[in-house]
Amino acid sequence: MRWHAVCREPEVPTEFGVAALVRGHPVALFRTGDDELFALGNVDPFSGAGVISRGIVGDRQGEPTVASPMHKQVFSLRSGQCLDDPETRLPTYPVRCRDGVVEVATG
Amino acid sequence: MNKTLVIIGHGMVGHRLIEEIRERDTAENWRIVVLGEEAHPAYDRVALSSYMAETTAEGLSLLTPETRRDRRVELLTGVGATAIDRTERRVSITTGDSLHYDALVLATGSRPFVPPVPGADLPGCHVYRTLEDLDGIRAAASPGTDGVVVGGGLLGLEAADALRTLGMRPHVVEVAPRLMPVQVDEGGGAVLARLVGDLGIEVHTGVATASVHAGEHGGVGSVELTDGTEIDTGLLVFSAGIRPRDELADSSGLPRGERGGFLVDGGCRTEDPHVWAIGECAAVRGQCHGLVAPGYRMATAVAEQLTGGGTAEFEGADGATKLKLVGVDVASFGDAHGTSEGALEVVYANNAQGTYAKLVLDDDATTLLGGVLVGDAGAYDVLRPLTGGPLPGPPEQLLLPASQSGGPTAGALPDEATVCSCHNVRKTDITEVISSGAVEDVAGIKSCTKAGTGCGSCVPMLKNLLDEAGVATSDALCEHFPQSRSELFEIVRATGITTFSRLIAEYGTGRGCDICKPAVASILAGSTTSHILDDEQAGLQDTNDRFLANMQRNGTYSVVPRVPGGEITPDKLITLGQVATEFGLYTKITGGQRIDMFGARVEQLPEIWRRLVEAGFESGHAYGKALRTVKSCVGTDWCRYGVQDSVTMAIRLEMRYRGLRAPHKIKAGVSGCARECAEARSKDFGVIATERGWNLYVGGNGGFSPRHAELLASDLTDEDLIRVIDRFLMFYIRTAERLQRTAGWIESFDNGLEHVREVVVEDSLGIAADLEAAMARHTENYTDEWGAVLNDPEKLSRFVSFVNAPDSPDPTIRFTEERGQIRPEPTDLPMPVPTTGRKTVTEEVSA
Ligand code: SRM
Ligand SMILES: Cc1cc2nc3c(=O)[nH]c(=O)nc-3n(C[C@H](O)[C@H](O)[C@H](O)COP(=O)(O)OP(=O)(O)OC[C@H]3O[C@@H](n4cnc5c(N)ncnc54)[C@H](O)[C@@H]3O)c2cc1C
Ligand code: SF4
Ligand code: FES
Repeated sequence: MRWHAVCREPEVPTEFGVAALVRGHPVALFRTGDDELFALGNVDPFSGAGVISRGIVGDRQGEPTVASPMHKQVFSLRSGQCLDDPETRLPTYPVRCRDGVVEVATG
Repeated sequence: MNKTLVIIGHGMVGHRLIEEIRERDTAENWRIVVLGEEAHPAYDRVALSSYMAETTAEGLSLLTPETRRDRRVELLTGVGATAIDRTERRVSITTGDSLHYDALVLATGSRPFVPPVPGADLPGCHVYRTLEDLDGIRAAASPGTDGVVVGGGLLGLEAADALRTLGMRPHVVEVAPRLMPVQVDEGGGAVLARLVGDLGIEVHTGVATASVHAGEHGGVGSVELTDGTEIDTGLLVFSAGIRPRDELADSSGLPRGERGGFLVDGGCRTEDPHVWAIGECAAVRGQCHGLVAPGYRMATAVAEQLTGGGTAEFEGADGATKLKLVGVDVASFGDAHGTSEGALEVVYANNAQGTYAKLVLDDDATTLLGGVLVGDAGAYDVLRPLTGGPLPGPPEQLLLPASQSGGPTAGALPDEATVCSCHNVRKTDITEVISSGAVEDVAGIKSCTKAGTGCGSCVPMLKNLLDEAGVATSDALCEHFPQSRSELFEIVRATGITTFSRLIAEYGTGRGCDICKPAVASILAGSTTSHILDDEQAGLQDTNDRFLANMQRNGTYSVVPRVPGGEITPDKLITLGQVATEFGLYTKITGGQRIDMFGARVEQLPEIWRRLVEAGFESGHAYGKALRTVKSCVGTDWCRYGVQDSVTMAIRLEMRYRGLRAPHKIKAGVSGCARECAEARSKDFGVIATERGWNLYVGGNGGFSPRHAELLASDLTDEDLIRVIDRFLMFYIRTAERLQRTAGWIESFDNGLEHVREVVVEDSLGIAADLEAAMARHTENYTDEWGAVLNDPEKLSRFVSFVNAPDSPDPTIRFTEERGQIRPEPTDLPMPVPTTGRKTVTEEVSA
């Protein structure tokens, strides 16, 4: 596992996402209101479009989520699991913040 | 399709037969050929009078696009049947051809009866039955003069009211000693005469028309009554009863009933096993029925026989009726005159209030036999279905006007009671769909059972049944807010809260979701003046609002510059072409009179806007719950027929309401004359020019459940028009639920459009000034959302594909070419799965 510096911390706004390219992989980065960071695949498995980072962040029964802006399926930010379709899951990546820099790990 | 059904007559009942067969004939055995003599395909004759006020025929049409497209159905409009040859099984038609049938259904309706009064054939004498009749009356009307209606029944009163709408002074002449003699008794008649008189209609009862005299121009000049009264008038409408149209009995040799009509048995069969008769032309067991509900039941009976081979019978009808005159409630049902043996009457009359109510009971006063209600027919919906059954409570209580007793409720009804008589839907049919969980609201009941989609008078009962089943249709916005959108709107207004985080902390739970965040953003947009991407608000927006453009299937965006009213200069057209070429975009003319440019990457959006702003454009909303376009026709500027300047008005309205955030999108149109080239009546608000100003229609839309807009106010000046629209839109924004377009919102009120009219035209709640002030704030504070981003480096920084590689294009976006333009690389998209059923895709599309 290798950590890659992606951006400075304030570049990931609260309750919002941004997309990043990590070694050629499109990754969606999110920060929730309680300052937790999440990194998931940016490509919406239902449409094939790189749009997950542009979805609305929220929660379903306490589980932090993002809703794909394309057709509104909701994914868990923690596990990438699609909560509307048990068969579908987004890849997730380890993410951390060191010295004000957000880092994402790939395998 | 191996058998041919020929239907003669495309009126209300003939049309119902088509629908019933289409629904039942799943094996597609029948090909249906329909002959309609009138110039229009079937229309809602029951609502004919509304044509006087609203002037469009298509609003009354009964023909759905599905039926029009159905290859099993062949409509021959404007074609009559002239003779029937029963041996050859052929119908001769007015084109000179003849048609073979395997089954023939006569649905020729009735013709108005014109009494043999001298002069009744002079020009200026009219009848009241078809759209053409009404066109003729409208053309002949001259405002400010007297007009005479012969006949004071249900139709005569409607006709008199129509003359009033045309600005005339109507007289009604009725031979019987009271108005509506068939439905109403003496006591009711007295109250009715007063109410009708209050409308400005002069009533002459107990007299007949003696003769009609010609005037100077050879047309009607005056009318003389049997008591010697002479009324100067150029316009006379005969509404003295109807006669079945049974002319075809001659050529076919089919027997007639004693008082006319094609004689049929209880199954609507004539003596010929291949021929049936239904509707007003049928003499069922010798008796004709002059109302639509029995006709519909006959259609059902025949459809069952034709598709199932069954022997369904028409079971008779109760003749219940309700007068459809604004301000004059009259209803009668069952044995209204107490003719049954030993019948008792309970009467409650209040002369001060102008109400009269009578119940007819059986001899031990336990069973309801019928009744008459005048002045306040509020109890009709509950009482009528109770007819023939036990009384649910003391009769006095049932008779008190609904407002005083709280009114009887649907729970009192037996399960078998008919709740919707237009479509013959019983209480159990409705409670079943409610308890199965298939429906959650009146709209659901309408689409599942058809109840409520006819005259609409049973809608309050449907609501009542939902309430009683405890389906307090959950208004909760989502799991985070127990309140409805309109309640949250009130909370925001009352507390002055301006952020989502405060609102959810104080009034909700959790951190929100894709349903409540955009809904709250829209509410907040009305109460703050900040940009929709300022601070926390940005994260609330749907992706389209967040990037101020429409997301496409491959993650690119479309840009649709505002073209107010659809008017655009050649230079601006050239600019659009240049911008599209420069950024490699696909272009298409939209259905909203604009030009859409597709395929822009996130990072290109600000640059495209910059070019547009320089050329004097702003981008526009093809996304967002906001005003879209105000479509216009050319109007007086160029069109030979235009009577008002529709383009200027459309531009003015689009500029006034642009950027207005609402529960759903808002579309509008302005037409320069009644030809309606701007399709204004398919819009949330539609404006149609008249000689005297503008008519305003509201509640129209296309889309999933198309609706025609209905008349809210007529002949408005420019300023009055804008004032009424201001109030209408603000009232909608404040009280509608999320994703409810204006049509559904209007339907959600008990009195529907009437309630909206009271609030926005008559200011019944005293909030008009407040609504206008709110709109004034919107127009003053409007700024170009797109232009504002260009001057804000922080916001601009979000328009990148990748935060760590702003210059790398997104590798998932690829294009091919088609017809000389780009299109997204075809991918095998797994279609959006209908997963949890939590929401439907149509509902969620973000525009
Ligand atoms: C571009 C256009 C089609 C075209 O090529 O002509 C269009 C395209 C879209 N329509 Fe539409 N509609 C367009 C005219 C219409 C019309 C016709 C009209 O406006 O005269 C209708 C029917 C009239 C109506 O709305 O009452 C129409 C009924 C819909 C509906 C169904 C609404 C409903 O109440 O059932 C949706 C879905 C929704 O809004 O939830 C929709 C949604 C959409 C969205 C926004 C779906 C989406 O989120 O991707 C489409 C994206 C537009 C884009 O990316 O730019 N569009 N759409 C038209 C843009 C007109 C404009 O200039 O603003
Ligand atoms: C102003 C008005 C208000 C009304 N209000 C109410 C109300 O409130 N409640 C209610 O229940 N009823 C009401 N009615 C009555 C209701 O409209 C009729 O009962 C209903 O329309 C009967 O349907 P139908 O199909 O039998 O006849 P119609 O609707 O009259 O249709 C018959 C059609 O057959 C056509 N036709 C006739 N002969 C031929 C031929 N030889 N070849 C081809 N075509 C032919 C006719 O032109 C006509 O279009 C009202 C009627 C009017 C005029
Ligand atoms: S609606 Fe009237 S004014 Fe407008 S283009 Fe059509 S005919 Fe002309
Ligand atoms: S009774 Fe007319 S629509 Fe139900």
